[in-house]
Amino acid sequence: MRKVSRLSHFNIASLALGLAFLYLPILILVIYSFNASRLVTVWGGWSLRWYHEFFNDRAMIEAAWMSLRVAVSSATIATLLGTLAAVALSRGERFRGRTLFSGMLYAPLVMPEVITGLSLLLLFVALNAERGFWTVTIAHTTLTMCFVAVVVQSRLGSLDRSLEEAAMDLGCNPVRAFVAVTLPLIAPAIVAGWMLAFTLSLDDLVIASFTTGPGSATLPIRIYSEVRLGVKPEINAICTLVIALIAVVIVIASLASKLSSSQGESAAPL
Amino acid sequence: MTDELPRTDAAAGAAGGDALPAGQPLLRIEGVAKSFGTFRAVDGVSLDIKAGEFFALLGPSGCGKTTLLRMLAGFEAPDEGRILLGGKDIAQALPHERPINMMFQNYALFPHLSVRDNIAFGLKRAGLARGDIAARVAEMVALVKLEGLEKRKPDQLSGGQRQRVALARALARRPQLLLLDEPLAALDKKLRESTQGELMELQRRLGMTFIIVTHDQEEAMTMASRIGVMKAGRLAQVASPRELYEAPRSRWIAEFVGDINLFDAESRLRDGHRLVIGTRDAGTLVVAEPREAVGAGKLSVAIRPEKVKLSRRAPVSEAGRETAINSLDGVVADICYLGGTTTYKVKLDSGGILQASVPNSARLDVDAYSLNQHVVAWFTPDDCVVLSS
Repeated sequence: MRKVSRLSHFNIASLALGLAFLYLPILILVIYSFNASRLVTVWGGWSLRWYHEFFNDRAMIEAAWMSLRVAVSSATIATLLGTLAAVALSRGERFRGRTLFSGMLYAPLVMPEVITGLSLLLLFVALNAERGFWTVTIAHTTLTMCFVAVVVQSRLGSLDRSLEEAAMDLGCNPVRAFVAVTLPLIAPAIVAGWMLAFTLSLDDLVIASFTTGPGSATLPIRIYSEVRLGVKPEINAICTLVIALIAVVIVIASLASKLSSSQGESAAPL
Repeated sequence: MTDELPRTDAAAGAAGGDALPAGQPLLRIEGVAKSFGTFRAVDGVSLDIKAGEFFALLGPSGCGKTTLLRMLAGFEAPDEGRILLGGKDIAQALPHERPINMMFQNYALFPHLSVRDNIAFGLKRAGLARGDIAARVAEMVALVKLEGLEKRKPDQLSGGQRQRVALARALARRPQLLLLDEPLAALDKKLRESTQGELMELQRRLGMTFIIVTHDQEEAMTMASRIGVMKAGRLAQVASPRELYEAPRSRWIAEFVGDINLFDAESRLRDGHRLVIGTRDAGTLVVAEPREAVGAGKLSVAIRPEKVKLSRRAPVSEAGRETAINSLDGVVADICYLGGTTTYKVKLDSGGILQASVPNSARLDVDAYSLNQHVVAWFTPDDCVVLSS
């Protein structure tokens, strides 16, 4: 507490510079989204005109809806698969090829997105799959699953094995012990993994543009193609909305985690 | 099914369950062995434990005591041998199928559950009615004196309180056998001593069978009615604390349990019920004939420091014969004042070092002996133990 109030001038300056570096571009974008002028760089007074325009832009709304659906479903599938993989890797017996398997799981973390996208495109073409919502969802699942696995596995690794043993000692079979003890304890990591997967999917342009089909563009693809024809102030409005959505998700998540950690304190009258 | 609560109540537990014929041990371990890779952690251990016993497995770290305990709990399956509980082989049964509970070294309390829910955890799995669970939890909370803390989470408790929750949780299912893995290792000295007393009192009151694993010989001696000393996966000796201390079976056990003076024998001579043993470091020593005949191998004479008396002049033998008392001349080489006792290291004229632990029975007796003072160290033949190496 004391340290915070005793920030030196140097610390304040470096903090301000760092925050400015991170948030100044975003701040400018947000301000210009309320610009009344048609020209992006010229200030023409406050207005909600471009928000109005966006809500009347059917194609843009559809792209946003598509992105949201892809993000939610791919994040959910990735969380399920990634959690299972993490559990198998950290809790399973030492099976043959375990090191190879965990190495392979993490490969997409460092794989250039172009390669992931291209290989998935080739796969979908070979399978003669109709490209659209499901192909993008599957592609995003393969991308984000390893992130979930990393987050969940690190939480599992820090968890005491004897907790599960204690549960078994007290009458749980191994599956019940996992559900009753391990799952509640790794739940924050699972939630964090889901949110990571959600934002990664919402953000992705490269893989989506490889694996999507005609008439099912995601929001980043749509924005990117619009920007190529020149930046419309409407884009600023859309980006501001996306930023607001992400900010709301983050605030809710941090509130939820704070609530769950303070639950014990409020339950105990001290 | 297997979730059924074992019907050993406090009263029945004392008798070791109703099915147990008189004289039959509650737990019989027969030739149990367990290897991890090429390392034989437990190497052919056989042991009987009677109902109502407080048994301690004592040994240095890595001796296999924890592995043996984990095999009793069901977390490891033995490679060889049988584990019979009340006559039934449970060696391959899963942990939740055994009427045995364990208290873990780090307590392993569920951090997301309150004290009450931690204690109730095993009872819910046993399918008890809601009212019965509440009653049993209240009983356990009172037993370990945790009233008023039921709603707290484990991280809001002190180390001693956590230890009590772990104990209550393990006792709640009324197991036939309670395993305790270094239960007091995380507590500070004062708390450990008071908790030792409470555990013993609890065990007596419930008439339950306790097996405790510890590396602390004082703890084992204080609490257990019988101690099994383990070394390199084998049981080196199973005996009462007194027998272990006063009549250790080997040189290794004598050195592991408490302090001891050891002198290697170079010659020996039988003289009635005594042996006259020549040593290099302490001259000729007269010792009582051991109960078990000693072999032809190398012998050593062992004397506990508190059996050695010090005086300024040689004592006059009361047994009528001068050889009845071993008396050795030397000078005080080191003094270690411990409050209740003082440990003197005496450099013997014959070359060796002898430790003597002398009680400080009089307050006025400040510095009874000073450094470099000449003293006579003496002890009777019955104070010595003859050990074969």
